[in-house]
Amino acid sequence: MSMAETFTRADIERIARLARLELTPDEVTLFAGQLTAILGYADQVRQVDTSGVEAAALPASGSIGSREDEPGPSLDRDVVMSQAPAADRAAGLFKVPRVLGS
Amino acid sequence: MSLPRNACEIRAAVAARDVSAVEVCREALDRITRLDPTLHAFLHVDEKGALERAAQLDRRPPAGRGGGAPGLDRAPLLGVPVALKDNICTAAMPTTAGSRVLEHYVPPYSATVVERLEHAGAVIIGKTNCDEFAMGSSTEHSAFGPSRNPWDTGRTPGGSSGGSAVAVAADMVPLALGSETGGSIRQPAALCGVLGLKPTYGRVSRYGLIAFASSLDQIGPFARSAKDMAALFGIIAGRDPRDATSAADAVPDYTKALTGDGDISGLRVGVPRELLQDGVEPGVRDAFDAALRELQGAGATLTDIRLPHASLAIPVYYLVANAEASSNLARYDGVRYGTRADASTLSDLYYRTRARLGAEVKRRIMIGTFVLSAGYYDAYYVKAQQVRALIRKDYEEAFARVDVVALPTSPTVAFKLGERTADPLKMYLSDVFTAAANLAGLPAISIPCGLTRETLPVGLQLTGRPFDEATLLRAADALERRFVTPRPDVDSL
Repeated sequence: MSMAETFTRADIERIARLARLELTPDEVTLFAGQLTAILGYADQVRQVDTSGVEAAALPASGSIGSREDEPGPSLDRDVVMSQAPAADRAAGLFKVPRVLGS
Repeated sequence: MSLPRNACEIRAAVAARDVSAVEVCREALDRITRLDPTLHAFLHVDEKGALERAAQLDRRPPAGRGGGAPGLDRAPLLGVPVALKDNICTAAMPTTAGSRVLEHYVPPYSATVVERLEHAGAVIIGKTNCDEFAMGSSTEHSAFGPSRNPWDTGRTPGGSSGGSAVAVAADMVPLALGSETGGSIRQPAALCGVLGLKPTYGRVSRYGLIAFASSLDQIGPFARSAKDMAALFGIIAGRDPRDATSAADAVPDYTKALTGDGDISGLRVGVPRELLQDGVEPGVRDAFDAALRELQGAGATLTDIRLPHASLAIPVYYLVANAEASSNLARYDGVRYGTRADASTLSDLYYRTRARLGAEVKRRIMIGTFVLSAGYYDAYYVKAQQVRALIRKDYEEAFARVDVVALPTSPTVAFKLGERTADPLKMYLSDVFTAAANLAGLPAISIPCGLTRETLPVGLQLTGRPFDEATLLRAADALERRFVTPRPDVDSL
């Protein structure tokens, strides 16, 4: 009756790659068990009859609305770039290691 | 003379120049110096900045004279020390969110709530401990070590805003801000015996709050009295052009909304009794029942109600919140700010930098990534959002008959350090009575309602209609007149 997922080590490694997370072998084993338990617990949500129910995105909450798409003042670029671990502030570029050949 | 302890008393005494803001600030810093080695409420104390700010307030021109901002004497938090959860950005102090990834990070701007506090004359004392990125219910997931409960230092204060709850409970500061995604203000407030309020979604600007789950997150206040909380809440509530999800609804005068005499005649309190069947500790149940009797004594009427889908709040919450978290936390990639690991390729940079995230954060990113992944999105995420809509509808129907919904804030008193860390699901169930208000976007408050036999505090939770925080504060005010609220004996620590 339950449609709950069982997570294998391969499943955990696949999800970790999607999230760019490096897991230790112990974490892979631990998370396989814990995700199986947690998603198994969450399976009761999948049993609820929701035919005709519209999915809630944000809580309906008073007068929250969109604004005109007009540029406004923003943070100073130099200040923001000074936060970067590596940047070329004069050129306005963040620096990263090589992208190709990984 | 002894210094005033509560925010409104401090403000009045500083405004009248009976005490100086510097004296009040020094007292707060002294208590932190004495107590924090044991309690670990703070991750950063800005002693120099706070004293400078206090001295600056003390130099304000006499009332009625020109010069500075008109009427600093009337500033609603003049000279009041306030602590901030460390996921609220401060340009003058580090903001780590309890994470190694943001260790030593100083944001380039302050959150809107911080600017509003400063404008109101508050003195920001420091930043409080929390579970990493606010993910947890005990502060044990802080990368910098747990906080301890001032009622029993072998127990957690709850979380994730545990440091803010401890700072107020141990009287280091009269006021603090925390944040909530599923109970992170109310639950530690209950476990530490102070007031904690989760405002309506959209009531308080989140500009400068480090994002966890954007359809749930809200900033809210901790205080020891309803009057103090009303004063603080009135300052942080309201529309902010820098947060597109903040609401433009008018902000009432919360202080004027308090009862004055403890009379809440006409208040209709709904009690969803079937949710109380399992897992509520007897001591919590007794205190809850006593609180209901006190509400009646103050003039409220009790009505049994049903919230048929509320028992699904925890599984829905952990699907929705973690999905959003996995997206929000993708930004910690070591490129634009925060720490960066050594790596020879961009791909390695991502993996190695994110390896510094703690186990609980990784676990939640994993769950969220899975429920958003191809083939599972409809089955888990969309389904959870549909059940979320049903939970919200349950409350709408209840509010046709009652004004507030009452439950214990937490099914248990403060638990022991280490008791739940090995079993994530058990930790998640700490939020069993709180998560529904976040999913439905409703305001909810935790009000101290006495102690159990083992001298641990219990909180009564009241959930209200959207933007009706005033009614919650009224009820808190009425109850505080009927309960003698003892304070933890921190001076023996």
